[in-house]
Amino acid sequence: MLRLSSFRTEIAMTNARPNDRRGRRMGGRWLSPILLLLLWEAGSRTGLIPAHTLAAPSSVFGTLLDMLRSGELPANLLVSFGRATIGLVIGATTGIVLALATGLSRRIDSAIDPIMQIKRTIPVVALTPLFIVWFGIGETPKIALIAFATIFPVYLNLYQGIRGVDVRMIDMARSYGLSRGQIVRDVILPGALPSLLTGLRYSLSIAIILLVIAEQINASAGLGFLINNARDFMRTDIIVVCLMVYALLGLAADAGIRAIERRALAWRPNLLEA
Amino acid sequence: MGEVLRVDLPRHAATPPPLPPVVRLNKFSRQFGETRVLDDLDLSIAPGEFVALLGRSGSGKTTLLRTLAGLDGTSDQDVTVPASRATVFQDARLLPWKRVWQNVVLGLRPADPRKAAAQALREVGLDHRLDAWPLTLSGGEAQRASLARALTRKPELLLLYEPFAALDALTRIRMHALVLALWRAHQPAVLLVTHDVEEAMALADRILVLDRGRIAAEERITAPRGRRGPTVRALRETLLGHLGLEAGGGVYADLVAQEH
Ligand SMILES: Nc1ncnc2c1ncn2[C@@H]1O[C@H](COP(=O)(O)OP(=O)(O)O)[C@@H](O)[C@H]1O
Ligand SMILES: [Mg+2]
Repeated sequence: MLRLSSFRTEIAMTNARPNDRRGRRMGGRWLSPILLLLLWEAGSRTGLIPAHTLAAPSSVFGTLLDMLRSGELPANLLVSFGRATIGLVIGATTGIVLALATGLSRRIDSAIDPIMQIKRTIPVVALTPLFIVWFGIGETPKIALIAFATIFPVYLNLYQGIRGVDVRMIDMARSYGLSRGQIVRDVILPGALPSLLTGLRYSLSIAIILLVIAEQINASAGLGFLINNARDFMRTDIIVVCLMVYALLGLAADAGIRAIERRALAWRPNLLEA
Repeated sequence: MGEVLRVDLPRHAATPPPLPPVVRLNKFSRQFGETRVLDDLDLSIAPGEFVALLGRSGSGKTTLLRTLAGLDGTSDQDVTVPASRATVFQDARLLPWKRVWQNVVLGLRPADPRKAAAQALREVGLDHRLDAWPLTLSGGEAQRASLARALTRKPELLLLYEPFAALDALTRIRMHALVLALWRAHQPAVLLVTHDVEEAMALADRILVLDRGRIAAEERITAPRGRRGPTVRALRETLLGHLGLEAGGGVYADLVAQEH
């Protein structure tokens, strides 16, 4: 949801003419969140919102500084970040390899793609119990869940991208005597790259969702561990800090992909004009 | 001195033995299912010859061109095409993710690719867009880049597949002039597939009309380019006739009025 709406804002921003009306509207966009924050703070101060229901923004901010200073937040964030990254790298790599194999070879395609399509229908979250049975409750099931879930967006999008490469370009390359390897490298892969990046974008959001879910499994470190601990002591301030960090992770991932897109897809006209 | 010259003279005067054709199809056929798209087609193109191929939609032009470009198999039929050939497509077909110069030397490995590309681009008047992305080129510029890409292969056979059909009239005239200049400079055999009779008459030495997979007519133009005015009118009428249009003296305005 967050990703989608921020994406829409971006479209709106690139389409709008840079004039002061846009500036005023952007100012207006900040108004309601700030108002909400103020109301929340007021509610907490007057005792309308008890601290064990939801901590005040000011106390959340204080907790955030404390957790940063003590190193508690960075250390646990690193653990979570590591899980998400390892899981994503394994999942995305698997997705890329499978998509390349099925996209480039009809024979492999007819063998693997049906399996992938069936697997797609199973919600990965529903596999959590099975993964716990198989891998216990350590790091392995967490990373395995993230890896498993992130295969599909990369696989499906890259596969579509490879299959959707303009045959006229392939004809051109063949008429110019390019070898199959050269066609894959110079025509098919660059042509499928935008689709791959779309897939990666989805995989990133899914990695973070799965991270949240996986960290509910008896973690002894990480953001999920912090949240579980905080829950036991009704420390809503810590919970809110961790939620913010999850959100920031998502935003950072999105920004990262967009930076890659700007570099890798520099040839696209919509980016060229910017 | 004079005697030596005289000795040399007869050799110059003798007509050189005709060079073997660069393209030769002998009773070439191709069929999809029941339909024979190319039907016992004979085609021969001499080195350096500029041939235009006209034909109605569905007459088999694309199929023939794909065969010559090496895109479709020839299934062991009697087909000769040179190894060094290059195609210019109607839609330029530059890879959008490669800069113009990289497109020009696509698949080649010259010592200095950028320089090789720059040289070819200079010939087509596009060296100032060396580093441009293809999607920023105009239609005419893209087609120039595409011509440069073909030129860098030093082709014996240049296949032009309706390369000017998508351009505006003014750009098309400039491109016609450019193609003629390049052809004179490099002397490839050219097969221009087009449905534009005017274009064919302006550029080619020989015009073929393809109909139902066979060469239905062949017209040779002997008048040099630039002095074809007097012959063109009759030729146009003949060609349009081959294409199944009974023209009113070969004048387009009258032709349109007669078509119902
Ligand atoms: N791959 C194909 N499969 C079946 N029929 C084809 C195929 N390619 C071309 N044809 C048929 O062959 C005929 C000639 O097509 P084409 O060579 O494209 O003609 P042109 O380029 O002169 O319009 C058409 O009737 C077309 O439908
Ligand atoms: Mg055609």
